[in-house]
Amino acid sequence: MASLVSHPDEVKVVTRRFGLGATNIDRYLELDGYKAVQKALGMDADAIINEVKNSGLRGRGGAGFSTGMKWSFVPKQSAKPKYVLCNGDESEPGTCKDRLIFEHDPHAVIEGVMIGGLAVGARSGYIYIRGEYRYLSIIMQKAIRDAYAKGFLGKNIFGSGRDFDIYWHGGAGAYEVGEESALMESLEGKRGIPRIRPPFPAVVGLWGGPTVINNAETLASVPHIMLGGAEWYAKIGPPKNGGTRLFCLSGNVAKPGVYELPMGYSLKKMIYEVGGGIPNGRSLKAVVPGGSSTPCLTADEIDINMDFDSVAKAGSMLGSGGVVVLDDQQCIVKFALRTMKFYQHESCGWCIPCREGTDWLKKTLIRFHSGGGVKKDIDNMQYLSENMLGRTFCPLGDAAAMPTIAFVKKFRKEFEDHLDGRPCPYEKAGVAEEMEALSH
Amino acid sequence: MKFSEEFEARFAEMVPHYPTKRSALVPTLLYAQDEVGFLSDEVIAELAGRLDLTELEVRNVISYYSMLTTKPRGKFNLQVCTNISCLVRGGEEILQHCAKKLGVGHKGTTPDGLFTLEEVECIGACSWAPAAQVNYDFHENLTTEKMDRVLDKCLAQAQEQLQRIKSVDSLADTLSQRSEG
Amino acid sequence: MADVTLTVDGKKVTAPAGTLLIEACKTVGIEVPSFCYYPNLSLQGACRMCLVKIEKMPKLQTACTTVISEGMIVTSDSEEIKQARKSMLEMLLGNHPLDCPVCDAGGECELQDMTFSYGAAESKFMEAKNHKDEQQWSPVVFFDRPRCILCYRCVRVCGEGMDVWALGVQNRGVSSIIAPNKEDHLECEECGMCIDICPVGALTSGAYRYKTRPWEMKHVGTICTHCGDGCKTTLGVRRADTGMEIVRGDNRDKSGTNGDFLCIKGRYAFDFANHEERLTQPLIRKEGKLTPATWEEAFQLIGKKFAEVRDRDGGSAIGVIGSTRTTNEESYLLSKFARMVLKTNNVDHHRTADFPAFAAALRGKADATASMADVFTAPAILLIGNDPTEQHPLLAWQIRNNVRLHRSRLYVINSQAIKLRRQATNFMQIPAGAEGKVAAFLAGDDAAADAIINSSSTKDQWNSLRDTLRGEQNLVIAFGSEILGSDLSSLVTFGSAIAGAKFVCLADYANSRGAADMGLYPDLLPGYHPISGSSEFHTEWGEIPQAAGLDLSGMVEAASTNKLKALYVVGSNPIGRLKIDSFAFSNSFVVVQDMFLTETAVVADVALPAANAYEKSGTFTNTCGDLQLVKKAGEVTGTKADFEMIVRIADAMGFDVRKLVPIGGGTHADMGQSRGAQSGEADRHAVWLEAHGLEPKLSPFDPMAILDEIQRLVPGYDVSRMNLLAGNSQHTSLAKAGPGVAHRPESISPANDTLFSSGTLGHYSRALKSVMESHEVKPAEVAAD
Repeated sequence: MASLVSHPDEVKVVTRRFGLGATNIDRYLELDGYKAVQKALGMDADAIINEVKNSGLRGRGGAGFSTGMKWSFVPKQSAKPKYVLCNGDESEPGTCKDRLIFEHDPHAVIEGVMIGGLAVGARSGYIYIRGEYRYLSIIMQKAIRDAYAKGFLGKNIFGSGRDFDIYWHGGAGAYEVGEESALMESLEGKRGIPRIRPPFPAVVGLWGGPTVINNAETLASVPHIMLGGAEWYAKIGPPKNGGTRLFCLSGNVAKPGVYELPMGYSLKKMIYEVGGGIPNGRSLKAVVPGGSSTPCLTADEIDINMDFDSVAKAGSMLGSGGVVVLDDQQCIVKFALRTMKFYQHESCGWCIPCREGTDWLKKTLIRFHSGGGVKKDIDNMQYLSENMLGRTFCPLGDAAAMPTIAFVKKFRKEFEDHLDGRPCPYEKAGVAEEMEALSH
Repeated sequence: MKFSEEFEARFAEMVPHYPTKRSALVPTLLYAQDEVGFLSDEVIAELAGRLDLTELEVRNVISYYSMLTTKPRGKFNLQVCTNISCLVRGGEEILQHCAKKLGVGHKGTTPDGLFTLEEVECIGACSWAPAAQVNYDFHENLTTEKMDRVLDKCLAQAQEQLQRIKSVDSLADTLSQRSEG
Repeated sequence: MADVTLTVDGKKVTAPAGTLLIEACKTVGIEVPSFCYYPNLSLQGACRMCLVKIEKMPKLQTACTTVISEGMIVTSDSEEIKQARKSMLEMLLGNHPLDCPVCDAGGECELQDMTFSYGAAESKFMEAKNHKDEQQWSPVVFFDRPRCILCYRCVRVCGEGMDVWALGVQNRGVSSIIAPNKEDHLECEECGMCIDICPVGALTSGAYRYKTRPWEMKHVGTICTHCGDGCKTTLGVRRADTGMEIVRGDNRDKSGTNGDFLCIKGRYAFDFANHEERLTQPLIRKEGKLTPATWEEAFQLIGKKFAEVRDRDGGSAIGVIGSTRTTNEESYLLSKFARMVLKTNNVDHHRTADFPAFAAALRGKADATASMADVFTAPAILLIGNDPTEQHPLLAWQIRNNVRLHRSRLYVINSQAIKLRRQATNFMQIPAGAEGKVAAFLAGDDAAADAIINSSSTKDQWNSLRDTLRGEQNLVIAFGSEILGSDLSSLVTFGSAIAGAKFVCLADYANSRGAADMGLYPDLLPGYHPISGSSEFHTEWGEIPQAAGLDLSGMVEAASTNKLKALYVVGSNPIGRLKIDSFAFSNSFVVVQDMFLTETAVVADVALPAANAYEKSGTFTNTCGDLQLVKKAGEVTGTKADFEMIVRIADAMGFDVRKLVPIGGGTHADMGQSRGAQSGEADRHAVWLEAHGLEPKLSPFDPMAILDEIQRLVPGYDVSRMNLLAGNSQHTSLAKAGPGVAHRPESISPANDTLFSSGTLGHYSRALKSVMESHEVKPAEVAAD
């Protein structure tokens, strides 16, 4: 449904089969489908893990942890069943890539889950898809059924004597469930409240069994690594940042879309060449480089490479690949408010700093944006955010605090321009109030 | 209570996928809601019974997930995203336009019971912003005009259904008159 | 477990491996603050107050979820940590309504205390606070939603502790809210644990809210007067026109065997004491009507009448019915008064368990009874009969939490599917009335199996259960009043073969065990010594009637043939509770001491207004045999303790009360003859006092004087006085008790009280009544997670 774009700089790995009808299992097979898992069946578990480790594949959900390492934490022996979980609860604002993977290449995800299962010794996997993506659930359920029908799933897969089951599971609207332990709670039929760690999911996860949980894009990359080899994959990107990344370019760019670019691709080029630059003769004000949780970069800070380590060095995060571009007409205060409104709405409420901090910040930002701000609000917003940072029960608090700190620090002037009853310089009078009355 | 055969088949297939019964709860609630329109007391009691949970536990779960509701909603649940990517491309204008056109606010339902308007968080259509969902259908790269067309289509669909019901009713009337005659 | 050594703030801390950091800190006096952490409940990590710095960890860590490890270096107090705590409180106070001046918890609020210790004086919050209206969840539970800080203690204590699971968390984010199981109200056991455990004033008690300020009350830790479990309850009292009014019952004193636990009765059902129908002056029947009179008038009349009957018709024409809710001292005194002064053995009380048979079976067996504390630690428990959830809520709590926290194995044998089956390793349902056969089967009578097998169990299962039980060690065997007489003895025979096995005989009412131990029987003296034998009591009490007297039904029969001329009822309501014909005693002179005009008091010739156990001092023995101190909390002007009334009646009969109550320095005066010691011997009582470092008591109304005698003479009561006075429970022993006697099974009639009823007391408790009315439908059982 969502339209596809392309650019010559793209390196098509995960998107290779997009638009080629690969939801059809036979078509998928023609396009090298299920070859990777068959290869993996011939390897021992450690070899699979090493291959993934050497590929430099890092988690595409946002944290960027080495996938091979994560798999290696799962104990070899376990009294309880082990599980592989695909996190398809994509809901980080600015991110819309897993949606395309499920829509165009569901079998790649299935294959990735299977390979993960072989690597850690699991015999079943679950693919969790957010509730809003109903049409993708239908696609995925059909893909799973087709794979069973072919004998690729179930008993004695590919005649290997091994069994593997995959089930679909659906969410019902909760950003927090994208956090791995909250997702397990949700899958167990509970409220999506994260779990205390340790123990980590690799040791005690779903229903108490060792569990490996990876983002859909991560898992969809795995079959390509198995076929193309770790070395090939690693070389696509800079050291320790193997492969490609699905960048979801959105906001004020001429050609928004999901582009698969090599890791380490220049952000500047991404905006101005791949994305076609800022339309309507406007200029760039800021970029949110990796989904709403990542600190924004100013127009002066975009001369960086989009890989985990380079973006971290620039004081932000590569995150989930959601690149949101803001032109000079966008109000940073409004943007900060909308971001905080999101976290306030999505906080699970479990811990004090996240629950109360996001609510307080949202209220202050609403008041501030509509002209009721006072000077000490600016410091207080920074104070609250800094006191949430690193002290919440799960990363959602950090995700709310980090961008806020960046907005206040980098655009303090713009905050000050809202002071003392002045209307928002970027908005028509009364619009903010109207929105306030209308929104949740 | 009675659900459709499709629901029952899906439920029967889903429960054995998990080592604990309650694991099927979240997706089951959404399917039940799709069928009934909302999660009524009756639905809650029924699913609690089936999954060996208390009604309290089911309510705790329902109230956590933003898509689940215990209150009736319009036939078309219009969910307009105003999150960051949509915001910078006019998502709020779309929401305000819908609010004016339908005469309802956030989570308001039109008196005819056709539309419920909701401002929602990111629906994963960022690169095609601004976007909205009508029930489960995505509508992307929206303008107010395009939004109008979407709403008109919903209206037409509702009217067509109404017409069908009316014609069935009048057919029934005719038949009954004939049998009386 | 092996010990682990770590460093906290430069101090070396050694604790067993597996200890949580927050607990390890406590052991060296370092307090790490927290709201959500609560010992013995599951971990939350939610309030973030306990953040500490652990070396090599980049972020601050929660001490409540961190398990200590060897060599760990921890800082619990630094600028960074102070700031973290301060900001948590600032954020918490943002939406918290600062209505402390009218909040019930004001003055005893953990949020106030924390803010005082770690908070900020400056308020940064300029926004509108989120508001939600207060809700009433039950007659006794109110929830002020905005005050809630979401520590989830209530949810956990209700679910994990009580196995009720009536509270949940709904919504999310800042809208998160604690919710009751029936949408807008609770359907639960109404224990009120959620209120007690609430660190703030979010959950408040319907019985207490807006009544007073915590600092205006005096807090007295005493023993609950309802069931036989002996929970410690803290009564908040304040001055009132009528004396000292009890305004609150709670569990702030967690020093009792009940720890955190209290049920609805211990928490709310003190209100009978404040009931407006309390008798506050003596009543004498004049021209057929009970008419107010003076105390002097009443005692003179009673003294005259009792002496007349005794001297004319003999002591056997007088009956005495004691109480299961008076103190040990009062029961002992009554027993002694009956024998020595009234010269009668017609003594009885409302029996709800076969303690004489229990004592007989355990005679000579040391350490054969389990204390309430043992029930929480025993590796295995066998429960036959009874429904502790309803009848022994503390015992049920101890069992449940032993299973939950120590993985104790619970074996339940019951004719009903009682709630504790949910904790049971093995639950066997038997036909009603077959409990005795279970005892026989366990003791080796294979033929008894036929009577206990039904559709839900097979002979093999029973054999296997018996084998399993035989293989247990330190098994606690608790049984209800279904097991009596020879069955009880069979059960003890079975249990005695298990190493370390201990027994609990379950009786109803707060001091049933005391009434039995103190000899409120027609044929037994204190300590289960037969009346017709010889014992220290025979020696010390002097001349007492040697033939066994009449039990209650015998007294009723004697009254019907005009042989019972006088009846003395102390704190008992046999007509109301035991279905005795209200005309049964119409030809007898009846004296009743009670709080209310009960069904028995209305037929009295003299009704004396009595104080209840919350209004006097003494001791109670719970059903397990744990002796505990009862402290005076409330006072209603115009009432007297039963103790004083008994002494005054003896005095009015012309009896030297010094022979009844050992007071004063006897050695100078009569070398102990006044207390029954034989002429020329030293005063045994004075010698005992001397040996125990105790002073002679001076007032004839001092129950401690009788406690001295009890401790001196009643077998098994020679426990540490120091510990007793310190408020600790002291387990008594039956090993040296007298031989007991066999009684007719019909003489025992269980109270059949539920969680919400409490005999006559329950009748006058508005709290219990209102809960019963709101629970027209019995709570449905709920699934545990």
